[in-house]
Amino acid sequence: MTLLEVEDLTVSYRIAGGEAPAVRGVSFSLEPGSKLGVAGESGCGKSTVALALLRLLPKTARIGGTIRVDGEDVLGMRWGRLRAVRWAGASIVFQGAMHSLNAVRRVGDQIAEPILLHGTAPRAEVPERVGSLLERVGLPRWRARSYPHELSGGQRQRVMIAMALACEPKLIVADEPTTALDVMIQAQILRLIDDLVGGQGIGMLMISHDLAVLADTCDRLAVMYAGRIVEEGPAAAVVADARHPYGAALSAAFPRIGDPASRRAPRGLPGDPPDPADLPVGCSFRPRCPVAEERCAEVDPVLYPVPGGRSAACIKVRAEEPA
Amino acid sequence: MTAPAASRRAVVRARRRAALRKYTRSYAENRAGLFGLAALALAVLVALAAPLFIPAEALSVTGAPGERFEPPDAEFPLGTDTYGRSVLDLVVWGARISLTVGFLAAAVSVALGTVIGVIAGHFGGLASNVLMRITDWFLVLPTLVMAIALAAVMERSTLTIIIAIGVTSWPSTARIVRAQTLSVEARPYIERARALGGGHLHVMLRHVLPNVMPVVIAQTTLLVAEAIVMESTLSFLGLGSPGAISWGGILQDARNSGAISSGMWWYMVPPGLAIALVALSFTLCGRALEGVFNPRLRERR
Amino acid sequence: MTDTQTSGAAPPAPDAAPGPRPRAGRVLRYLGGRLLTAAVSLAAVMVTSFFLFRILPGDPVAAMTEGREVSVEQMEALRREFGLDQPLWQQFLDYCARMLRFDLGVSYEFHRPVAELVAERIGPTVLLAGTGTLIAAALGLVLGTRAAWRRGSAGDRISSSVALLLWSVPSFWLGLLLIVLLASGTGWLPGLFPTGGMVSPGTTGALDTAVDVAHHMVLPVATMVAVVYAQYLMIMRSSVLDEMGADYLTTARAKGLRDDLVLRRHAVPNALLPTVTLIFLNLGRVFGGVILIETVFAWPGLGSLFYSGLKVPDLPLVQALFVIFAGAVIIMNLLADLVYPLLDPRVRT
Repeated sequence: MTLLEVEDLTVSYRIAGGEAPAVRGVSFSLEPGSKLGVAGESGCGKSTVALALLRLLPKTARIGGTIRVDGEDVLGMRWGRLRAVRWAGASIVFQGAMHSLNAVRRVGDQIAEPILLHGTAPRAEVPERVGSLLERVGLPRWRARSYPHELSGGQRQRVMIAMALACEPKLIVADEPTTALDVMIQAQILRLIDDLVGGQGIGMLMISHDLAVLADTCDRLAVMYAGRIVEEGPAAAVVADARHPYGAALSAAFPRIGDPASRRAPRGLPGDPPDPADLPVGCSFRPRCPVAEERCAEVDPVLYPVPGGRSAACIKVRAEEPA
Repeated sequence: MTAPAASRRAVVRARRRAALRKYTRSYAENRAGLFGLAALALAVLVALAAPLFIPAEALSVTGAPGERFEPPDAEFPLGTDTYGRSVLDLVVWGARISLTVGFLAAAVSVALGTVIGVIAGHFGGLASNVLMRITDWFLVLPTLVMAIALAAVMERSTLTIIIAIGVTSWPSTARIVRAQTLSVEARPYIERARALGGGHLHVMLRHVLPNVMPVVIAQTTLLVAEAIVMESTLSFLGLGSPGAISWGGILQDARNSGAISSGMWWYMVPPGLAIALVALSFTLCGRALEGVFNPRLRERR
Repeated sequence: MTDTQTSGAAPPAPDAAPGPRPRAGRVLRYLGGRLLTAAVSLAAVMVTSFFLFRILPGDPVAAMTEGREVSVEQMEALRREFGLDQPLWQQFLDYCARMLRFDLGVSYEFHRPVAELVAERIGPTVLLAGTGTLIAAALGLVLGTRAAWRRGSAGDRISSSVALLLWSVPSFWLGLLLIVLLASGTGWLPGLFPTGGMVSPGTTGALDTAVDVAHHMVLPVATMVAVVYAQYLMIMRSSVLDEMGADYLTTARAKGLRDDLVLRRHAVPNALLPTVTLIFLNLGRVFGGVILIETVFAWPGLGSLFYSGLKVPDLPLVQALFVIFAGAVIIMNLLADLVYPLLDPRVRT
């Protein structure tokens, strides 16, 4: 069965003068054991997608569409069932891990918390399980007694990963798992994620602004822009030969790992992503697009299929390959 | 040289007017703040007009118009006190002392706090350290105990009360002003003013003080509320001016005459309500002002 | 964050020893610093107290013998007894020496050592202030947390408004109001509670006494809670609000915790940190309240002793009580500094 199915997901936030759409009709699916990367600039809606999967968005957010985890409809779930699916069915590795860990509780207790909550292991075996989880992510057992501030950034990220694995979920969402780490440590954390997730039938959704990180780790790649997926396909193909001008700009810049500038805008691409409350008419990438034409202001393109199991949201793709 | 200077001043004035308009509009959105302002205007008006409709002999202990402890009736809507004076007249008259002491004590306290805060924030180093240590020391000490002690050792008078409240309640203002001064001085144009040869006094008076003013105004309003409650407390403890009629003093008379234990509510409820209402109004205005000047704060209220 | 541990990702050396513990030296330095600050503050309080009460106008001996037949010789003897014939600096040195020996002097009014009076009266004050503060803190923390968690709801608005209102009400008036309503027995209600004091005369037996004291305590404690809890509520509310957007709360929710557990296990422990500091910093207000509430309810504690000393004026008594009140606040703050590292692991290392 498909592990994760997202169909026409929309998220909008209530703001002072109405609603601002953050995610506008995103669809994708993920099979057990596969890894999907979602790339895009800050504010393109990729983290909103991650939080929406487990309904973790603030109350001001309105969610539409369908999300199915293991065939179960998440948006229609009762609260009790939803809490059971959280972490035991799907867990999240959050970004940075400085503020994602509770500063006044020992990391061992924080790893043990979901195990106890979901009854993954008998109470007596929990300390042993926490110890073995720490060893799996390359930390000594005694680290269970440390507080987050006593650990380095990389160590905290390891703790986050151990925590995500605690209940042996089938799906792991990694939201910027290596952001704010230095280059060497980024590589180590990525290898760790690869080792732990690969070959266990765990599906992973990895979200990053960093195309290089995703290209290394994921099987398939989706590029988001202004709340939509604008390009989707096998990771290597998307990086090597993007069909959407934005995907092309992203991979042409091919940001170096750890380059902070690449987080904002791909090199060679002028301007900023549009304000969700005030999107351009027609194609939302048009104002920044190097190859925009007049007709781009008339059509708001959807994902058109491209040979090779790919798709891109650009009318030029449709022109080349009439569907 | 003069023409551009004049136009620059005009620009500054226009900008200030615009800011004022924005603040006014933002204040008007706060219903509690408007209520507080209305209640205060009423209280001030009543206090100012009191001598017009209350003759002096109505307040004298010897020539009181009524009998002792009369319950409310048509002649005395709030009954009479232990000397036969109308409680309504007393409460109206009491507003004069309470508001005067409240405003003046808050002014003393805010002036002290602002001077100390700006100096500590501006100079830094040892001076700032020493000043802040002293501030912290005062901040921790029980304010009311200090004020009681001060009021007790000085002559009984309204001035004493003002001084006692003023010199014990400045530390919180000093802390806030210092923090604000530090943030103002970190702005680039202060650097420019210094580079252009602006002395300490120039920077403090022309640049820091105007920017600290919003915080100081809000803080003053909040402090008036505290000063009014503190004044009534000191008067209640018998530390007020013996001849003056104040809300705390009325309550002291009520207690000493045994009106409390015999349940004469009309004697003790009105002055207390007056204190609470006026203090609450100042607090509401102060919070509304804080919200106007610091939008981040407004979000959470 | 910690530069000492940049080895981050490389598997740390498999030393079986427990993690780095706070170094004893650093802890000692922290303790020493706090103790020194407290000692300096206390000394400053003592000096202030001495000079503050020397600017008292008038002659204390004349004041305390007022209305009695006293000869000039007797007045001289009293002056000598209290050391008032000595020069000021001599008095100051004596005062310091005596304070260091916990000798608080002899009360003019009661002709007994102040230390003795304080020892008699301190119990009731601790009982009243302690009970009141504990209830107020518990109430304030719980209501403040709720108000923040349901921010903007009717419950939040009501509880914040009530807190603001009580904040504006003078404590003594609230006490008087309670007496008129619930103790005087003249209104609509019978006198449910005593109008003042701590024990009814003639009460014997431990249990009877305890019940009687509790009965006497209801109104003073209620007054104290009413005026004190509001500030705890506002502090806790804003501390919890500061934590509300924090990432670790999203983590906790993602783990599948129920909302109340997210609040209890994660948000509250973090929000308590700033609250504890502010609660201790505001203790001075509690002492101010104690003086008034004890005065209003004739509670036989240090506060009413202070009030009676003010009237005479009983110099040694008022001076000693001033030092005790201020000193208690300083010591409480020292305690807060010492307790804080237990709550916040970040301060410990």
